[in-house]
Amino acid sequence: MSAKESTRVEYGKALLQLGEENSDIVALDADLSGSTQTKHFAKAYPDRFFNMGVAEQDLLGTAAGLALGGKIPFASTFAMFATGRAWEQIRQSIAYAKLNVKIVASHGGVSVGEDGGSHQAVEDLALMRILPNMVVLVPADGPETRAMVRWAAAYQGPVYIRTGRMAFPVIFPESHRFELGRGQILREGEDVTLAGIGLMVHHCLEAADLLAQEGVSARVLNLSCLKPLDWQVVVDSAKRTGALVTAEEHMATGGLGSAVSEVLAEHHPAPLQRVGLRDIFGTSGTAGELLKHYGLMPDDIKKAALKAMGRKSGH
Amino acid sequence: MVKNSKEIPDIARLRETARLVRLDIVEMLHRANSGHTGGSLSATDILVALFFAQMRHNPQDPCWPLRDRFVLSKGHAAPALYAVLSRLGYFPREELGTLRQFGSSLQGHPDSSCTPGVEVPTGSLGQGLSIANGMAMAARLNGNGVRVYALLGDGEVQEGQIWEAAMSAAHYRLDNLTAILDRNRLQIDGRTGEVMGIEPLARKWEAFGWHTLEVDGHSFPELLDALEDAVQFKGRPTMIIAHTIKGKGVSIFENQVKYHGMAPNKEEYEQALKELQVVR
Repeated sequence: MSAKESTRVEYGKALLQLGEENSDIVALDADLSGSTQTKHFAKAYPDRFFNMGVAEQDLLGTAAGLALGGKIPFASTFAMFATGRAWEQIRQSIAYAKLNVKIVASHGGVSVGEDGGSHQAVEDLALMRILPNMVVLVPADGPETRAMVRWAAAYQGPVYIRTGRMAFPVIFPESHRFELGRGQILREGEDVTLAGIGLMVHHCLEAADLLAQEGVSARVLNLSCLKPLDWQVVVDSAKRTGALVTAEEHMATGGLGSAVSEVLAEHHPAPLQRVGLRDIFGTSGTAGELLKHYGLMPDDIKKAALKAMGRKSGH
Repeated sequence: MVKNSKEIPDIARLRETARLVRLDIVEMLHRANSGHTGGSLSATDILVALFFAQMRHNPQDPCWPLRDRFVLSKGHAAPALYAVLSRLGYFPREELGTLRQFGSSLQGHPDSSCTPGVEVPTGSLGQGLSIANGMAMAARLNGNGVRVYALLGDGEVQEGQIWEAAMSAAHYRLDNLTAILDRNRLQIDGRTGEVMGIEPLARKWEAFGWHTLEVDGHSFPELLDALEDAVQFKGRPTMIIAHTIKGKGVSIFENQVKYHGMAPNKEEYEQALKELQVVR
């Protein structure tokens, strides 16, 4: 469990492999192919790679056109620019059109670090989750990234995958397979449920260890498939543990926290604490400093869990 | 029926088709009681030239892989496209009467999931050229000789994405792409020169690396010559700036800003019928 992988690096490797297997796969980037890791595909398949320059709106529109021409385009840039700068292109030309475009955007969350708030996407999941027809995925580690990218290439329709900049621990075995609309129970527990996406899944597992030291048994969920969300595992967790925490490197509104809140409110109300950014932008610093500053560490999740448990009826 | 540029176009017949398409447009819009009159009528001859003489396509097989592709980037001219598609047999002519109604296959702006012959949804301006570029890239990768056409509005080129796409089409030398700009000189809020100046248009497209032509957008011989010139021209995408009259064909609509987004009322409709029913 000590191995670390970066989801963006694993995307780059998976894309390269898929490029070899399927000549219909094409890749596009907006002058960030080194950062997003599409550079490997670009080098191996220059005829099927299109660098669109610093032009994200054109990037996504061109990807739409390539999909209409029967190609399977993977379009990459930073999450902030893909989903922010080109949101309406994604809405009109990809989601509304139900086109087979895969948007794999790197540098999600505050763990981007030193580049600061302008480059840290903490709204991208909200922006993608609101779009009809869009599948929204946040891999929890390297093996899940590889499985998701492979799945996305075979799936017919628009997909958004958020990758991160930094390397973090591997959770899943190499044989891990991705299933649309399914969350995974990574650890069983009775007292509280910790549900995470991306790097925060690992932090949820660490928080569960901290809680265990205090005699609290926590169930841990990987909800990497943010849309469509596995609402059944959320409801089942609420019924079983009676309290939940969501953890994401994203605004506490609009992303995982909102998605879980919506399910609970409509199906099985239960105390929920949301770990995420509270109406605030990112800032410069090391990833470690920022995760701590914004309250995204295992200890923060632990505290949120105890708070949620304290709100169970009868307490 | 498969159209292609090898047939000798019958100009008189194209003119007659355009007259009938304009009648369809006026009737559809009057019936819908909303929609874009001026830009549909200005684009009519361009669309007729493309679909009845230039493009390779098959109304009996709208998904034929080798068809040329058309993107109506100025999606608000949907009535003109619908009229053309229905006259070619893509869908029954009765459907024209349902334009903009709830449950209709003819949405207010084009939606490919509803209408046979429509390749991609448009309507939010500025996005069609990027899509056409991607289609042209795919066609080149597929090596199937497919040509891509995109129709832009002149107000539309105020969108920044158009110039991103102008840059990338030239960068990737998409000579299987022809864009046509419906230069009718008016937009919702007034004259393009007053709302936001876009000239010098031809020099801009030239400077962006496009083979640029200017034609009278209501002259079939000029349109067809330019479209064929574009096919022959290698190494660069072609922009055809088609000078048109907004509201063309009905004197009361011509060059009138207010008919950008206004449908004909009863009197205007009757006047339009009177003018368009005269076979010239």
